[in-house]
Amino acid sequence: MWKFVVKRLLLSVVILFFVALILYTVMRCIPTSFVDSMARQLSMQPGAKSFDDWKAQLTQVYGLDGTILEGFFKWLSHAARGDFGDSWYYTIPVVEKFKEVIWNSFILGSIAFVLELVIAIPLGILAARKQYSGIDYTVTVVALIGISLPTFFFATLLKYVFSIKLEWLELYGLVSRYYDQLSPLGKMLDMGEHLIMPVATLVIVSIGSLMRYTRTNMLEVMNSDFIRTARAKGLSEKTVINKHAFRNTLIPIVTLVGGSLPGLFAGAMITEQLFQIPGIGYTSYNAMTNGDINFYMFYSVFLALLTLLSTLIADILYAVVDPRVRIS
Amino acid sequence: MSQQAKAASSEYLLEVRDLKKYFPIKGGLFSKVVGHVKAVDGVSFKIKRGTTMGLVGESGCGKSTTGRTILRLMEKTSGDIIYDGVDISSLSKKEMRKMRTKMQIIFQDPYSSLSPRLPVGEIIGEAAREHGIVSKADFDSYLDKIMSECGLQSFHKDRYPHEFSGGQRQRICIARALALNPEFIVCDEPVSALDVSIQAQIINLLKSLQKEHNLTYLFISHDLSVVEHISDTIGVMYLGSLVETGDKEDIFRNPLHPYTQALFSAIPMPDPDIKMQRIVLEGSIPSPANPPKGCKFHTRCQKCMECCKTEAPATYEVEPGHFVSCHLYDPEK
Repeated sequence: MWKFVVKRLLLSVVILFFVALILYTVMRCIPTSFVDSMARQLSMQPGAKSFDDWKAQLTQVYGLDGTILEGFFKWLSHAARGDFGDSWYYTIPVVEKFKEVIWNSFILGSIAFVLELVIAIPLGILAARKQYSGIDYTVTVVALIGISLPTFFFATLLKYVFSIKLEWLELYGLVSRYYDQLSPLGKMLDMGEHLIMPVATLVIVSIGSLMRYTRTNMLEVMNSDFIRTARAKGLSEKTVINKHAFRNTLIPIVTLVGGSLPGLFAGAMITEQLFQIPGIGYTSYNAMTNGDINFYMFYSVFLALLTLLSTLIADILYAVVDPRVRIS
Repeated sequence: MSQQAKAASSEYLLEVRDLKKYFPIKGGLFSKVVGHVKAVDGVSFKIKRGTTMGLVGESGCGKSTTGRTILRLMEKTSGDIIYDGVDISSLSKKEMRKMRTKMQIIFQDPYSSLSPRLPVGEIIGEAAREHGIVSKADFDSYLDKIMSECGLQSFHKDRYPHEFSGGQRQRICIARALALNPEFIVCDEPVSALDVSIQAQIINLLKSLQKEHNLTYLFISHDLSVVEHISDTIGVMYLGSLVETGDKEDIFRNPLHPYTQALFSAIPMPDPDIKMQRIVLEGSIPSPANPPKGCKFHTRCQKCMECCKTEAPATYEVEPGHFVSCHLYDPEK
């Protein structure tokens, strides 16, 4: 087991290296240049140097004068020592900005995640138990609508109904204007109110796949011989479902769910952007559109790391849950 | 319960009358029922207490469906299932659950019929505990007793099914059925997934358990030599119907139905010098969704007559207790 984990970790380092290399190349090649726009701004000030002078100077200051490979290895040699540099756009160290915003994303992600589990798994089981019934079709159609329609569609719809028409909720942001003057409980309620729509959006778009996954697995288990055995034993339907069927359905579900845990830190770029929630997704989006290579490199390598961690956790969990894998 | 039914129940544990199980075939845009697979199409038989009835036939002839329908693991389409004088299809869900302790089943595949996530002791004892057959205090000793009867060691109970061989798994399945203290067990091809040396062990185990517990078996198999070894009476099935029933000796000595004769001629002889006279059936088994008119077997029968193509044969008692459904034995012809 340990051999397996160590092997996977070593492999992850290699993968990370190439992921970072590709990302850096892409960032250097995109037409949005932080240096260009800054030079343009500075050259417009009265009595300033020309655009070209500024550009040459800034290119040198931001370390973009070498080739892409040179720039990458310079970034890598710093990053390997834990130094990710300053964010160009936010003008504070990358790690500091990250610490500032990550918890907003985490809160948003975890609430949505828990709701997703609590809603999707029971619905999936229900749909499987009543296969081809009205309930099954309803649940499936709703799930497919959630999967198929894009995030911004739901977000806009929710905003239109609950903010503009009904005026129940704030249109965007994580806190309201008078947040600082509120009591601790008031602060929590205020933030909670702002989170309703983003969480709802995230849940609606993510619930479908987990629900379908649960349904499929449950159906497969329900049709297996040992369920027939359990019925033949004269066990109650509750025991058959909970003890025999659901436990076996849990194997793939736990793997899937465990694997998506690191994703709680990944942020929801589109949803955060739509509701202007200062989380990691929103912050990174702004960094990227402004050509902030340092911040965006940190964020994407962080995402790659989370993905690698997810698959590793999923594989380890698989061994933990399934007695057939556990022994060997 | 009438006097008559009581008298019948004392001798016969199970009586099946004109049992039918049709599976709907759905097709078209709106999943309309366009036909039926007649898996079991009018089967009747009786089993005496403490005896074994062997049910034989080709794959897909409805043997397993018959067994499962009798236990109400599938709901029948029509017909009566009288168990110990009680029509079990009239029982409510709750009553049926109680009844299940008396009627058990051993499945063909010992690999898929055991829950992979439960330890063996739990698989065997769970239902006995739920039904209150054994008290919590006696649970362990009860489990040990059942397991040793079936040739399992008591330390096996903490292990998971995947740690056992096929034969051991089938022993677990038998122990599981036995733990409920049943009177009647449907053995649904219990040995066909095992290799021959293990088959004998399992068959002998089933026989000795039958003697000790006075069990009644419905033994489903396509292996005639196994059926000959364990059965007291035999039913031969073809395409959802019983074509011949009778005592084992009578059927093996004097097979009447052309299908039974063809089936028996295929039993391999352990002596290479004996010239086998095999009756080879032409064609394949017709679809149970669209069975042939008249006698279902007429498309493959060597002795097919004109009347077979139009008229379904009645059942005739040729010898005492030996029934056959074939026009050849119609005393009026």
